[in-house]
Amino acid sequence: MPHRNFDIELQLLIDAIYLKYHYDFRGYAQASLKRRLTTAMSRFGCRTLSQLQDRVLHDPAVFQPLLDYLTVQVSDLFRDPAYFLALREKVVPLLRTYPSLRIWVAGCSTGEEVYSLAILLREEGLLERSLIYATDINAQALQMAQAGVYDIERLPGFTENHRRSGGRSSLSDYYSAAYGKAVFDKSLRKQIVFSDHSLATDSVFAEVQLVSCRNVLIYFNRELQDRALGLFREALCRKGFLGIGAKESLRFSSHAEAFADYALADRIYQKKDLP
Amino acid sequence: MSAPVLSRHIAAVAIGASAGGVEALSQLLTALPRGFPAAVFIVLHLSRERPSMLAELFQARCALPVREAADKEPIQAGTVYLAPPDYHLLVDAGPQLALSVDEPVQYSRPSIDVLFETAADEYGDRLLGIVLTGGNDDGARGLVAIRAAGGLGAVQDPATALVPAMPLAAQSAATPEYVLSLDGLAALLRSLASPVSASPAAERPR
Repeated sequence: MPHRNFDIELQLLIDAIYLKYHYDFRGYAQASLKRRLTTAMSRFGCRTLSQLQDRVLHDPAVFQPLLDYLTVQVSDLFRDPAYFLALREKVVPLLRTYPSLRIWVAGCSTGEEVYSLAILLREEGLLERSLIYATDINAQALQMAQAGVYDIERLPGFTENHRRSGGRSSLSDYYSAAYGKAVFDKSLRKQIVFSDHSLATDSVFAEVQLVSCRNVLIYFNRELQDRALGLFREALCRKGFLGIGAKESLRFSSHAEAFADYALADRIYQKKDLP
Repeated sequence: MSAPVLSRHIAAVAIGASAGGVEALSQLLTALPRGFPAAVFIVLHLSRERPSMLAELFQARCALPVREAADKEPIQAGTVYLAPPDYHLLVDAGPQLALSVDEPVQYSRPSIDVLFETAADEYGDRLLGIVLTGGNDDGARGLVAIRAAGGLGAVQDPATALVPAMPLAAQSAATPEYVLSLDGLAALLRSLASPVSASPAAERPR
């Protein structure tokens, strides 16, 4: 049913955002995008997407909150502890063999995944020789990631996840609590570079040994998934590792053959040593 | 309540269940015959900490293939897709399945409303939505969306549901075509497989 008003308006709005603000949502999975825009419509008091388009074109102040609706992903520290346990037990022993490490967290949103990895690397004695590239398209989310401040009510859940991920220390060693917030340790941040990068429009910027990109690809359509996976393939060194979300898969991608299952249950793949 | 009119083509059935849902779904899935002509999507609220063995559990009782939904999976008729724990299940253009980790909706992820609304958007009048037993009101808004898009609505008769709140909320919000016991819903589903032999006697008008 391609000719319904909402679908027409959606396409026009996405094009308008691209032309005006250079954010490219044309390759996003439609169903989630529609739901998020429907929520945004009521938040901005618009009855139609056309009205929302009018607002966002003529009032740049509306764009950032709209971008948050379209992109911000709330995660947890050590979300899916089994993933981090598999990294620790199966990937870290190989990472140890590199004199210096570069890791890319693609689509880091507000930073939960980045701090989880930094803490894991610190515990494994690898953080000081690591550089973590944390990228996202939402500059405001990146600022929050950089600040590393989370509501204190979330810490019991984070602590439990960290324990189940094979954590060797107490999570409380890495943050200080004040005024209802937990502030993560500056020394973790020294090894992290936060940077604006779009999987839809930008290219590869470094060679890395590990890409962690979880629950980002599910928001992309197959073409954009393929583009992102192509970037990861290009960025990864020979036999480098790729971690994706627990319910994501390379099965429907044209890059599937470039990766070997490494810890399949935990969605960790290894780039094949192809000529 | 009128007798079931299923002369129209139903391409998909979306089912939502919460408390008491495992038993209710077991009973409905048992009724689906081999060669069932529609895809079946299921959201069942579960504790997110527990690893889900539901696909195996239901597969043992169902003649159709039952599997956990995978992101970007093309939808096939005659297949039962379960929402994975802690992910929303959506129907996307194609039609294909999509997953998301968007915020819980009314404390639920997966959310029945999210499945129903996105399925309604894709299937329009070729969709049947069913709300089963449960203790909240998830599915009510979704069933309204299904009916607004021209689809059919059914709820488990609250008087026969283990926990009546959810079908009750859906019934009052969406005034669905069918309010039936599990036996009646099973007969309704079987009638999709062989529309001509649909038996109005299986209906229990209220």
